[in-house]
Amino acid sequence: MNQMTLIPITQIPEPAFKERARQALNDDQLRRNFRIAMDSLMTKRLAVMSDTDERERLREMGNHVRARALSKLPDLLEKLEDNLTRNGIHVHWAETVDEANAIVESIAKAHQAKRLIKGKSMVSEEMNMNHVLGEHGIECLESDMGEYIIQLAGQKPSHIIMPAIHMNAGQVASLFTKTLGTEYTTDVDELIQTGRRVLRQKFFEADIGISGVNFAIAETGTLLLVENEGNGRMSTAVPPVHIAVTGIEKVVENLRDVVPLLSLLTRSALGQPITTYVNMISSPRKSNELDGPQEVHLVLLDNGRSQAFADGELRQTLNCIRCGACMNHCPVYTRIGGHAYGTVYPGPIGKIISPHLLGLENTPDHPSASSLCGACEEVCPVKIPIPSLLRRLREENVKSPEAVPYRLRGQGSKFSSKERMAWKVWSKLYASPTLYRSFVYLATRFRSFTPGKAGPWTEHHVAQKPAARSLHELAREHLEESQ
Amino acid sequence: MSELFYNAAPNATRAAPPIPKQRQYPTHKPQHVYLFGTCVVDLFYPQAGMDSIRLLEREGITVHFPQGQSCCGQPAYTSGYTNEAREVARVQLALFRQNWPLVVASGSCAGMIRHHYHELFKDEPVTLRLVDTLAERTYELAEFLLNVCKVNLQDQGAPLKVALHTSCSARREMNTHLHGRALLAQLKGVQRVEHDHESECCGFGGTFSVRMPDISGAMVADKIRALQESGAAQLVTADCGCLMNINGALEKQKAVLRGQHLASFIWQRTGGTQ
Amino acid sequence: MSARSNILAKLRKSLDNTTPLPDDYDVELVTKPWSYPLAERITRLRTLMEAVHTETYLSTQEEWHTRVEQILNERHIGRLLIAPTTPYGQHLIKQWQSRNGTPTLKAYDRPIEEWKAELFNDTPASLTGTLGAIAATGSLVLWPNTEEPRLMSLVPPLHIALLKASEIADNFYTFQETHRWRDGMPTNALLISGPSKTADIEQVLAYGAHGPKDLIVMILKDA
Repeated sequence: MNQMTLIPITQIPEPAFKERARQALNDDQLRRNFRIAMDSLMTKRLAVMSDTDERERLREMGNHVRARALSKLPDLLEKLEDNLTRNGIHVHWAETVDEANAIVESIAKAHQAKRLIKGKSMVSEEMNMNHVLGEHGIECLESDMGEYIIQLAGQKPSHIIMPAIHMNAGQVASLFTKTLGTEYTTDVDELIQTGRRVLRQKFFEADIGISGVNFAIAETGTLLLVENEGNGRMSTAVPPVHIAVTGIEKVVENLRDVVPLLSLLTRSALGQPITTYVNMISSPRKSNELDGPQEVHLVLLDNGRSQAFADGELRQTLNCIRCGACMNHCPVYTRIGGHAYGTVYPGPIGKIISPHLLGLENTPDHPSASSLCGACEEVCPVKIPIPSLLRRLREENVKSPEAVPYRLRGQGSKFSSKERMAWKVWSKLYASPTLYRSFVYLATRFRSFTPGKAGPWTEHHVAQKPAARSLHELAREHLEESQ
Repeated sequence: MSELFYNAAPNATRAAPPIPKQRQYPTHKPQHVYLFGTCVVDLFYPQAGMDSIRLLEREGITVHFPQGQSCCGQPAYTSGYTNEAREVARVQLALFRQNWPLVVASGSCAGMIRHHYHELFKDEPVTLRLVDTLAERTYELAEFLLNVCKVNLQDQGAPLKVALHTSCSARREMNTHLHGRALLAQLKGVQRVEHDHESECCGFGGTFSVRMPDISGAMVADKIRALQESGAAQLVTADCGCLMNINGALEKQKAVLRGQHLASFIWQRTGGTQ
Repeated sequence: MSARSNILAKLRKSLDNTTPLPDDYDVELVTKPWSYPLAERITRLRTLMEAVHTETYLSTQEEWHTRVEQILNERHIGRLLIAPTTPYGQHLIKQWQSRNGTPTLKAYDRPIEEWKAELFNDTPASLTGTLGAIAATGSLVLWPNTEEPRLMSLVPPLHIALLKASEIADNFYTFQETHRWRDGMPTNALLISGPSKTADIEQVLAYGAHGPKDLIVMILKDA
């Protein structure tokens, strides 16, 4: 397939990350929108997870459930496939987003389908499905209110749970007036009713419904979806065909495994004890049933996940249940918003998963864009050690691209022989007590020569001048006196 | 790590280790401790190191400061230069051979030794034993004063409002914010005031501050605004990386407010002289 | 090589010489904090569901139809979609057919393709039973079937659900176990915890996004 059609997903759009971050930082409205939204999401989460002991034990359990599934992933995928097939659901496998789109397209062609309605699926964003199918004359319309809004605006989601979180009601009102011709109102109820009216007709007409999957249960051959709006149920129950797309890591072993994960997911994401709907699909319409799709398909997508899977440490990335709590609590995400990342998954999880999906050569700055403060790890419901994984990606990213063993696509994209040499010098200096003490002696004695400008540091700080005498000197004197 | 989940193969699926139990502290004050000054204190805030020594000496403890020490290796480690970090860490490891507590004057460096050296030396079984025993006796200064020395601070200063900032890794790995609060609470004239988004990162993050100066700059700008709006006359912190970041930004803004290392603040408030 | 075999081969190779992690599922953790005395289950279910704009009523097996009639009259709704072959459907037909002025009953008795437009455009309310409910999260459990197809509880703007008080379980785990879900799942199983809602614009909560705008739960006491 033509690479050009895939530009928005296989390549980070220009300008590069740092420039987009700079633009976001200068956008006061954007920063206000995110700060308010993230503060509220953090408060809501804490309100339903205030029992520290229960929360911490459940997070540990969530981690163990996910880790157990990953520790037998290929077997579980086969079991899932067996059970889904037995239930009458067609299972497809795709290594790349091209293959996944081709599968969806061929199902659409077989049904002469022209109108697709989509629940909400971040994997379909990875596939850039709306765009790719659109080029083949198949309309793919978003029905989640947030996704619908940004599709109208020609944008991408800025948050995995709340795709239009970067916009306020006034911006949505203007958009609706411009694209739907409705009267301008910032009344959120009225705006939502407009969306409901337009999209009901689309559900009614749609040839195929598309959805994601929150948990694929191997034991029973069940696809579980959570949502609040009902668009997920509409997409999977009204059109005659339902296609679910998901990543290969989404499988869990047993039905009971979803009990802790569901609780962790909805509480971490939105501070809700549960979402309005939990939709469990185990088969297409049976012969004696009166509604539901006649055909159900599941597309299992790899798209770089098997690269993360290959390494025991990086495999932990695939614990993720996509709650978005890491971005809600991230001081970097809060300030730059989701679009600055230029990747389907923004925020902390985006920084650790995107390098596998897109290659480090396309996400060179992502692992570095973190102070490693650990707020994400602290709230992650499945205990992904995000800061450690970021550090690990940094290590792979500064390795020589030819380094053996070769581990990651695009490894060494930040390799600089100058920088590596500088750290080698640093290491020699700090690992040699004599050299180090001479260095500190000189730095303190020549402190008045400290330059007033020191690269990026002095953009926001005064230059840091060494003390007149080092602790080494002062401590030696002091301890000699007293001992 | 629990035996149930321990699987040494590098490609084994990792499950989270058990939730750590609350740290058990020695019941008696030791006679000797090592002080690890850290590279930032050494070069930029030596007074904080000296005040740490004095506070420990006032507790009747003999402080040892091995002159061979330099840096815990954290800057290279978090930048992805793992081998370079390991060689620096290895030199430090050799300095603290006696079974004395290692007190560290900066939270994130204490966390590096206590929590990350294990990963750094995971492929060296012999070194690893040394690493693990050192981690076991490594304390952040505030933690040590509070829970091992069980200090009883007599405040002699005038009434003062202070804000406390805690390094993120020290907060999350070592509960340093709670130790800092408890020590400040002992000072009768000191009123600790909260500041907006207190638990949020100040934006330092080691090399993050120079690799991502715009984002880091926005974070420290928010932090110093919150600190100034808190009504605090002074900022106190037990981490010199954050201190350098926050003070550097305050000074650039020509603000009046300044931060001070917790050790110096306590030493001065409790009648210590230079 | 197919995508399937490539993916599975890669994953298998990555797990060379490793053993699967054991199942240390902690039943107590997902049940004990979420267990309630019998009387409290109803209260908790109502509190949680009402917090997200569900209307709940206590009634009895014999009398619930009068409350349903009252609700529909208050809202000037003249038509109600029912499952005519279930005991609830039978009860309503029996109670209402002999009287004038009761809402018209519409049966979901044909495949959706035959009356999709009517369901979407001219079906203001529906009434279904439930398999039970979950007190821990304030959720109804529905297993749509031939008699009560899945769109019944989704497309009409008002959904009235009947729930036997004795069918309220403590938590999701207990419910799965009691009903032996792992031995076989239906085409579609649902947990419904309120009317449709969204917070996608500025996190302002708005009800009636795509599913029912109103959900009414009639909790039927045994006596």
